[in-house]
Amino acid sequence: MSQYVLRRLLIAIPSLLGISLVLFIVLALAPGDPFSELATNPNVPPEVAAALRAKFGLDDPIYLRYLRWLAAMAQGDWGFSFVSRMNVDKLILQRLPTTLYVIGSAQLLALLIAIPVGVFAATRPYSIFDQIANTLAFIGFSLPTFFTGLLFILVFSITLDWLPFVYTTDIKATGIRWVIEQVRQAIMPVMVLGLFQAASMTRFVRSAMLDVIRLDYVTTARAKGLGQTRVIVKHAMRNAMIPVVTLVALQMPAIFGGAIVTEQIFRIPGIGSLLISSILSNDTPVVMAVTFVFACLVVLFNLIADVLYGWLDPRISLR
Amino acid sequence: MAGLTLASPSAERRPAWSPWRETWRRYRRHKLAVVSAFLLLALIAAVVFGPFVWRVSINDIDFSARLEGPSLAHPFGTDDLGQDILARMIYGGRISLAVGLAAMAVAVIVGTLIGALAGMSRGALGHALMWLTDLFLSLPQLPLLLLLIYLFRDGLKAVFGPEGGIFILIVLVIGGLRWMPVARLVRAQFLSLREKDFVEAARALGASPLRQVVRHILPNAVGPVIIAGTIDVAAAIIAESTLSFLGLGFPPDTPTWGRLLFDAKDYLDIAAHWALFPGGAIFIAVVAINFIGDGMRDALDARRVI
Repeated sequence: MSQYVLRRLLIAIPSLLGISLVLFIVLALAPGDPFSELATNPNVPPEVAAALRAKFGLDDPIYLRYLRWLAAMAQGDWGFSFVSRMNVDKLILQRLPTTLYVIGSAQLLALLIAIPVGVFAATRPYSIFDQIANTLAFIGFSLPTFFTGLLFILVFSITLDWLPFVYTTDIKATGIRWVIEQVRQAIMPVMVLGLFQAASMTRFVRSAMLDVIRLDYVTTARAKGLGQTRVIVKHAMRNAMIPVVTLVALQMPAIFGGAIVTEQIFRIPGIGSLLISSILSNDTPVVMAVTFVFACLVVLFNLIADVLYGWLDPRISLR
Repeated sequence: MAGLTLASPSAERRPAWSPWRETWRRYRRHKLAVVSAFLLLALIAAVVFGPFVWRVSINDIDFSARLEGPSLAHPFGTDDLGQDILARMIYGGRISLAVGLAAMAVAVIVGTLIGALAGMSRGALGHALMWLTDLFLSLPQLPLLLLLIYLFRDGLKAVFGPEGGIFILIVLVIGGLRWMPVARLVRAQFLSLREKDFVEAARALGASPLRQVVRHILPNAVGPVIIAGTIDVAAAIIAESTLSFLGLGFPPDTPTWGRLLFDAKDYLDIAAHWALFPGGAIFIAVVAINFIGDGMRDALDARRVI
């Protein structure tokens, strides 16, 4: 198992390098140049501008520039944010926990809804419950997160006045009140993200479960006289989860996309809203770094999925 | 009829229907898909012919009718400048639907090309292309979409004008980040089809690889591509609306559905209709297209018995 995890780790490195290469090429191909202002500034003589360009290596061949950028990123030198007046890595580390908290709770909610509903629907295919669950799931993943977010605000904040619609990091309360406020303000963003995820996950769970439930070993388990719950939970579910894990990992990029939108709607100070605000204020080092962090998170979650995969199906880790 | 013995087995056979008629017969079974097809057609007709019927300009500012709810003069109400929301939604719907279709076309063309190349090559090229596909699948799409638009929008704006430049950019970027599922489907189909006897026969008759692909393999691989393409239209509409909703899509004076929501979100408490109508339009378009895709799956997957 540990050898399998190590092998997966080694496979993740080329994909990280590939992603960083894609990002760097995008940046290099983009029009515009950090020194374009110098070229048009009459107070800077052309030879000074040329010397500066040479000093920062802007005229070097592209592979040299890529290697230098990669080395700097690997050493934690992520640049300086001109708008926030602080180092980019510090800025991102400040914002990252909030994003992970919201995404993590949303995923948890999605799993808590999708697994029971999907399994229950699969044990009674084409029943009324199955049809209702299917239709709701269809509607759920056709509703874009930005619209559900606005609907939630309209219903729960404006009409009913139950929940706050702006997320604050400095709640003016202590003790148990602080915890309650913290949970209250996270309810809507987590619901929006979690329900969207739950919709597509329910479909995955249902179809994976339907495939497994027809197999002979499940019939054998029933024939041995085991109860329905035990057959489903102990025998069928573990195997049904294998394709689900893959599909959930493939969904990760979409989850981060949804997180950007929800952070923007509810003004959550995470890295998603940081990305939007730095795009609007032309803060290139932050934009690049946040995009790269998102890419790293996707690779990380793929890695976790691979490890889970090995645990669910021991045959895979032996290969 | 039950219990009757038929004179000959051939009498039981259905009359030979053309494949398209058979497809339609299977599609019709999915009631929601049929309803969705009509809904989508109605929506397309509304945005295409709407301006000829509803002749209110999208830029008529009328401060005496600010943030009004639905009325006879303004069926969908007005925004903070007193502009007619119905007229703006008709205009924006054209863009949203056009972006969806064009981005789907880009995704399907790129995906089919890469999938076909990977499916036909027996060497390193196939592996390299699949590695590229997997790499693209693990890219965080929305951040990358935002990054690309941030970096390239000024350049394209200068060449093609503000609206045309952004349209080309958004279509290329959304399509360019959504071709991977199509490529995988096409490759999987090609890997099994290229070993089939009828392709072998064509090869034995001296058909060039290009002819084998275009005449024999591709027509048989088209079903899953149509299904994936349908779903892609919905995904592209959501992607475009998301960009506009974040304020990074089309220029502010172009009222796409996402942009209307972006403008409306600060007035939710006093003018909820402003957000509900465009949001509802996005939802109806997306849910209808998804149901059509579901119906297509029933209709085109020959192995599925319905």
